[in-house]
Amino acid sequence: MADALLSVRNLSVQFTTYGQTNQVLHGVSLDVPARSQIALVGESGSGKTVTMRSIMGLLRTPPAKVTGGEILYDGRDLLTMPDRERLKLRGTAMSMVFQDPMSSLNPVFTIADQMGTILKYADRRLGRSRNGKERMARVYEVLGQVRMRDPERVARSYPIMLSGGMRQRVLIAMALLSEPKLLIADEPGTALDVTTQAQILKLLKDLVEERGLALLMITHNLGVVRETSNYVYVMNKGVVVEHRPTAELFEAPRDDYTKALIAAVPRLTGGTRFGAAA
Amino acid sequence: MSDLLEIAGLTKLFPVRNAFGRKTGDVRAVDNVSFAIPKGKVYGLAGESGSGKSTIARMIMGLAKPTAGDILLDGHNITGETGTRAYGRKVQMVFQNPGSSLNPRRTVGQSIEVPLSAHGTPRSEHKRRIDELLEMVQLPTDFALRYPHELSGGQKQRVAIARALAVAPQLLILDEPTSALDVSVQARVMDLLVDLGRQLGLTYLFISHDLSLMRNFADTVGVLYLGKIVETGPTASVFEHPQHDYTRLLLASVPVISAEEEAMRPRIPLIDGEIPTAEQLIALRLNAAPVSQRTEK
Repeated sequence: MADALLSVRNLSVQFTTYGQTNQVLHGVSLDVPARSQIALVGESGSGKTVTMRSIMGLLRTPPAKVTGGEILYDGRDLLTMPDRERLKLRGTAMSMVFQDPMSSLNPVFTIADQMGTILKYADRRLGRSRNGKERMARVYEVLGQVRMRDPERVARSYPIMLSGGMRQRVLIAMALLSEPKLLIADEPGTALDVTTQAQILKLLKDLVEERGLALLMITHNLGVVRETSNYVYVMNKGVVVEHRPTAELFEAPRDDYTKALIAAVPRLTGGTRFGAAA
Repeated sequence: MSDLLEIAGLTKLFPVRNAFGRKTGDVRAVDNVSFAIPKGKVYGLAGESGSGKSTIARMIMGLAKPTAGDILLDGHNITGETGTRAYGRKVQMVFQNPGSSLNPRRTVGQSIEVPLSAHGTPRSEHKRRIDELLEMVQLPTDFALRYPHELSGGQKQRVAIARALAVAPQLLILDEPTSALDVSVQARVMDLLVDLGRQLGLTYLFISHDLSLMRNFADTVGVLYLGKIVETGPTASVFEHPQHDYTRLLLASVPVISAEEEAMRPRIPLIDGEIPTAEQLIALRLNAAPVSQRTEK
């Protein structure tokens, strides 16, 4: 698809540790059109996190090495563009919402400090400038967008003063600071209680729709896939084994791995039989 | 059918102290909780963080002392005896994270040997018993010589189950036994637990926040909220006809994968376009409807 906002084509990545080389991604391709909600689902070791890290440029090389393929953002290959150019896109045109709200925030700085710093550097990369007051205004604005009732109080808080759900909202706000077009979410809410997770997923969905963002949701939870995406890529052992509109995938999975994965999910309606005698 | 475990009025208060160490109040972590598990059945305790589900497990295991209430095992009041060896032969626990509940410096065999030695199995019997236990959890017997880091998450949890079964307990407390595992691995571990339950006539206390899993494993379920059981009953009826607002909110929050499941999720009113928190929802309903209309057990 030429008009996709993000297009990963035939991406191959290998890792070399202790002189041993493992091919981790075997020609992964996926498309994220503008304003689409895409999910990338897989179990541990499937390569979904490596794919995400390659897109964001967060792979450590070495041990990792991209051995083939391209990652096109707006038609330009992220893998071959100069680092300076790529830096301009990261955290600005595409942002990440991280998984663990506890460990992705710095405990010794207030939320205002941390968000202000992110904004300052994002502005600098984009050649914009804002004074401190303008920056804070933007921080409050974004905290309001993630439905914080009292943005100024939250901004003054240290991470420990906030609940898990609030911290996850702060992480989403951070990703929204410089108005990205693409949001990459890595298992948001997995570390939270189920009721809080439901709130976070609804918030993400609402934000993506309101602001016309594209969402790439990386998850191991098929329920989250169904709730947040309309097109899904299933990964297993470094290969995309199946990709379909989400509703179709759950109606009639084609690949054996996908079938087994769906069958393994216990159903809220009951009827999942565990045990050999069943 | 007789009850293997009976919990009556179990309460745990944790003191709250100010900066000078003076007691300023109590947190009611577990508040007058009662339930019973018939022999050979599975009782599920569902709740989120802070609901008190782990504190209940710790009190039953003897790892925490109840402030009030009784724990009866096989009809005997054993409230003061939890944590003793004799008690440990009857009640064992499988923890959430097999990565941290197994000693990394012990081989699998050595880990399983600890309860055998502690409970006086003759040394000459150890090897045979370890092999037997590994077979029970469907692992090859040569795994006895491996270290935890050589094992996958599912294999580690099997070892933890084998270790818990070493003393042939009657009651197994499962504290989120599969929450650290991939869904396909989880299914195999659940298969094993169901099969072992049948073979050995085990009784399970299953603690989890995963309602979909609970629905398919527990015979009876108790929903915990802020230390209280707000709703209890046969699993199918609680899931199909939830009475308490909190149960409804929990069910409404589960991400599901089919239209049938979606249809059974209760509709929860949004507050300012957002899914309400449990406190908001309950406060809202308390204002709207008289308390007597709500079922509290």
